[in-house]
Amino acid sequence: MNIHEYQAKAILRKFGVPVPDGHVCYNGNSAREWSKRLGPGPWVVKAQIHAGGRGKGGGVKLARTPDEVRSTARDMLGMVLRTHQTGPEGKVVTRVLVENGCSIARELYLSLVVDRASSRVSLMASTEGGMEIEEVAANSPDKIVIETVDPLVGLTGFQCRTIAFALGLTGPLLPKAVKLLGNLYTTFLACDCSMLEINPLVVTTDNDLLALDAKFGFDDNAIFRHLQIADMRDYDEEDPNEIEASQHDLSYISLDGTIGCLVNGAGLAMATMDIVKHYGGAPANFLDVGGGATIERVTEAFKIILSDRKVKGILVNIFGGIMKCDIIATGVVEAAKQVSLQVPLVVRLEGTNVQQGKQILAESGLNIIAADGMADAAQKIVAAVGQEGSRP
Amino acid sequence: MSILINRETRVITQGITGATGLFHAQGARDYGTQMVGGVTPGKGGTVIDGFPVFDTVRAAVAATGATASVIYVPPPFAADSIMEAVEAGIDLVICITEGIPVLDMVKVKQYLRGSRTRLIGPNCPGVITPGQCKIGIMPGYIHKPGKVGVVSRSGTLTYEAVWQLTSIGLGQSTCVGIGGDPVNGTSHLEVLRMFEEDPDTEAVIMIGEIGGSAEEEAARFVKDHMTKPVAGYIAGRTAPPGKRMGHAGAIIAGGKGTAAEKVAVLEECGIAVAPTPADMAQALMTVYRPK
Repeated sequence: MNIHEYQAKAILRKFGVPVPDGHVCYNGNSAREWSKRLGPGPWVVKAQIHAGGRGKGGGVKLARTPDEVRSTARDMLGMVLRTHQTGPEGKVVTRVLVENGCSIARELYLSLVVDRASSRVSLMASTEGGMEIEEVAANSPDKIVIETVDPLVGLTGFQCRTIAFALGLTGPLLPKAVKLLGNLYTTFLACDCSMLEINPLVVTTDNDLLALDAKFGFDDNAIFRHLQIADMRDYDEEDPNEIEASQHDLSYISLDGTIGCLVNGAGLAMATMDIVKHYGGAPANFLDVGGGATIERVTEAFKIILSDRKVKGILVNIFGGIMKCDIIATGVVEAAKQVSLQVPLVVRLEGTNVQQGKQILAESGLNIIAADGMADAAQKIVAAVGQEGSRP
Repeated sequence: MSILINRETRVITQGITGATGLFHAQGARDYGTQMVGGVTPGKGGTVIDGFPVFDTVRAAVAATGATASVIYVPPPFAADSIMEAVEAGIDLVICITEGIPVLDMVKVKQYLRGSRTRLIGPNCPGVITPGQCKIGIMPGYIHKPGKVGVVSRSGTLTYEAVWQLTSIGLGQSTCVGIGGDPVNGTSHLEVLRMFEEDPDTEAVIMIGEIGGSAEEEAARFVKDHMTKPVAGYIAGRTAPPGKRMGHAGAIIAGGKGTAAEKVAVLEECGIAVAPTPADMAQALMTVYRPK
């Protein structure tokens, strides 16, 4: 789960990480009023969408007077912001962050992630603030410093100092940096983050540190113990089908193709997409119904796939372990009846209770194309959708 | 022989009184596994469907002589259950539970250091040595005793590979699902090392997916240290970057961990990579002649 920048900064402020004073606003007048309360100016007006690259798309602007704050906010609110992360359709801006501008001496980079290789939390820092870290990693890996944290001991003083010195944070900045890093690590643990990125962390001309932008990724598996964070979820930032799916405990991701896929298991679901592509089709989605799916859940999954107007055919690929084939079959039949299925449906079943499953499908009276094995299934759905597409 | 488990393995189920735990304990017992009891705190002293229930893992081990444990405890409590099994000196812990917070697993990983316990999973289908011992949720009938080892992050994709092998008459020595989470107990590489050392394994299928670099490390191990033929498959060629495909681990971050990169490394290291998931057994047959 992701949150907006203003929410991220509120969390950081709570944990003692310095951020510029600011406030979220939903209209121009409120933006002007807040700017007057925040400080003498200038101010920065920042569009609040989840995607990165906002600056280049016109989503971050400087304003020198409260009236300018108002007009800038008005221009920004309602506009469709397109960045390299939003896709060509862009995102509508519904809220802006108005905050005090600051005078920047240097821009740095900081992030915390769960590092898979060491199975620990790693702190990454670079002097190349404001740039994407992937770019830095590719072009000048020597400019990245990494410290890996022992979960028993936590982030140590010497690790903080190592990072601070590598970033050139000496003199009066050293204790400030050590404190900031410690608080950042505390935030990461307390909020069950999977990623926490401060880019840029700035050194101001009056020798202070400020987190100028912040991005959180939260571990979806741990959201159950962070209800306040769960409340920050902005449903407008997400695909409506993905929201619907998550409410039924389905793992669903919308894609651009025409073949809807309903699969059990994430690995098999990815592999099913791959084989559809291999035989010349394009998957419309990733959908994992999970191991403990009920008939209702399978029915919902079917409805979600069919609510995508791009879908010209459906491929069901089930290898039952926990998942029983008869449950899937009953769900498929139930759903096909409820939505009066109009597109070709290929079903491949294998595993637990496969005979009962096949029998339920055969006796349903529905026009279901049965398949043996993944290759057969993929070829059949690609062929069926091809015919569908060429029909007058 | 085989790796990790065999007909001597004595197994307890943590979370045995839950519907899932009981269902799969019964399935494993029907398969022939020595399922010797279970643990549910507060239900010690009772018996459920012939399985004696204990309050703690320590008590279960003392009474049953169990050397392996399988965990079906819900995600908020699963990390604690793993550590309880480690503390009780269990040799092999297989955690099936999906959805454990990753920072809980970071602690578990630390707790495992210096212990005698090997952890498989979490978020995995389990381990099976066909004809001898099944611990986990995989359908038993698709397997056949034999000489091919299978290791995978994904459950259902493991079944797919096994089914392809069985369909062409090739049995399996042991099949290991290591789980789809970013922090897990045992890596591809460690399982490959066990297969290399196991006299009854002649060849291996390794199934990976996008995200991280564990497959690449395993492939380099194959190149440098393995004498046995290995075939592979990487799932997620069509996955868009930045999207989490069900498994928390399966995410392409910043162009790293893509399927194309992984396939290239695997091929460089002499692994026969299947072009589609339907060709895993066929890919193995290009490098392996069964004796």
